[in-house]
Amino acid sequence: MKYVDEYRDPALAGALLEEIRQTVTRPWVVMEICGGHTHAIMKNGIDQLLPGQVELVHGPGCPVCVTPVETLDRAVAIAARPEVIFTSFGDMLRVPGSVSSLFMAKSAGADVRMVYSPLEAVAMARQNPEREVVFLAVGFETTAPGNAMALLQAKREGLTNFSLLASHVLAPPAIRALLASPFNRVQGYLAPGHVCTVMGWREYEPLAEEFRVPIVVTGFEPIDILAGLLRVLRQLEAGSHVVENQYGRSVSREGNRAAQRVVDEVFAVSDRPWRGIGVLPASGLVIRDELAAYDAERKFAVESISVRESALCKSGSVLQGLIKPDSCPAFGRECTPEHPLGATMVSGEGACAAYYKYHRNCPAAPHQLCHRPAHVQ
Amino acid sequence: MCLAIPGRVIEVFKENGLTMGYVDYSGTVNKICLEYVPEIVVGQYTVVHAGFALSVLDEEEARQSFAAWQELVQAMAAQGTDIFGNPLGK
Ligand code: SF4
Repeated sequence: MKYVDEYRDPALAGALLEEIRQTVTRPWVVMEICGGHTHAIMKNGIDQLLPGQVELVHGPGCPVCVTPVETLDRAVAIAARPEVIFTSFGDMLRVPGSVSSLFMAKSAGADVRMVYSPLEAVAMARQNPEREVVFLAVGFETTAPGNAMALLQAKREGLTNFSLLASHVLAPPAIRALLASPFNRVQGYLAPGHVCTVMGWREYEPLAEEFRVPIVVTGFEPIDILAGLLRVLRQLEAGSHVVENQYGRSVSREGNRAAQRVVDEVFAVSDRPWRGIGVLPASGLVIRDELAAYDAERKFAVESISVRESALCKSGSVLQGLIKPDSCPAFGRECTPEHPLGATMVSGEGACAAYYKYHRNCPAAPHQLCHRPAHVQ
Repeated sequence: MCLAIPGRVIEVFKENGLTMGYVDYSGTVNKICLEYVPEIVVGQYTVVHAGFALSVLDEEEARQSFAAWQELVQAMAAQGTDIFGNPLGK
């Protein structure tokens, strides 16, 4: 498959790995912020192929994982209303709120439907004028353009029975919070390639400068990740700290201007709670006041629902890169993908689920990328 | 929802006032909104998130990175090591 197979070439992966080995002279800690990267790293066993001095820690870039419990409780409350068709991406359905998930609400009789695109939810509103169609609009900068377009399309068509329960997050404020933390160990970042496809990388330049960390915008195939890591490590070894773009086939410095304009028309930046982490300033998007008619939170008056996080799950520490999932006492015991205690075990992009799927079941991690070279322990 | 693979645009059309298209992922064809990539033409590849195309993949840029990487593979071979850094001939 074009733009896929060539980025999985074992010979090239081997050459990049060797170049990484020759580059590294000291221990370094690098964070991949994006859950898509975490997934690809675990799936291909990249963490195990790297020289021992290179430690990868996993960041909070899984939108399912950081969606606050209260958003899920609000979703369940809205979905329970008889006039509502509640729509969501599939990976949100099983995420536990404080008492229920959308999936459990559906079993209890709520009309909850999975969609692949928010435009499908708009189509449902068009076809069901007597019902209220609500779409759970979560995600990073990657899903915000589509969700914004869906709202504008409903407005253009004069649909008054469509609204968004919006809970969007932004990547750079999370990176800032992690870098500013007294517990920070991370020395270099792989920046999220698809977030940057939308937003460009200008927002990362002040972060690289202020915190003196190299940041490399990176794609999602094994070759992309190895090439991105090589660039971070070369910078670390050289004492440099600039933003580089490894994912040039999709990302430009300016990003997708058309998408940015539409996002800006629909959403305003606001403070936002991150599940397991807490409130981060200017880290989320809310629907602008002039579009309040399309805001499910206001339409169904669920803003007052708020809850506290469970203390059992350690996903907050996992999401901040402070612990690895397998150091959580519940990992693989009380908490499994079938019976998740935290959102990081539910989502395919969550670090706990990725560890469970690719490490724990097969500790030797037979990776698919290439065979482990003889001299690497 | 953030895992995305590139697909090839095989048809572009209008629907409810929006530019839409069919995108082929090695045989699986999905209907995708193309409003954010107005310059795209049939045959080009795009990265899609949750039903929306977000970029047109840049062929020239991809070719250049491969040329650079191939040099790496060749340099490694010229050093007398295989692609894993093991000495050749062992
Ligand atoms: S293993 Fe389960 S309980 Fe532990 S941090 Fe991960 S999601 Fe939470």
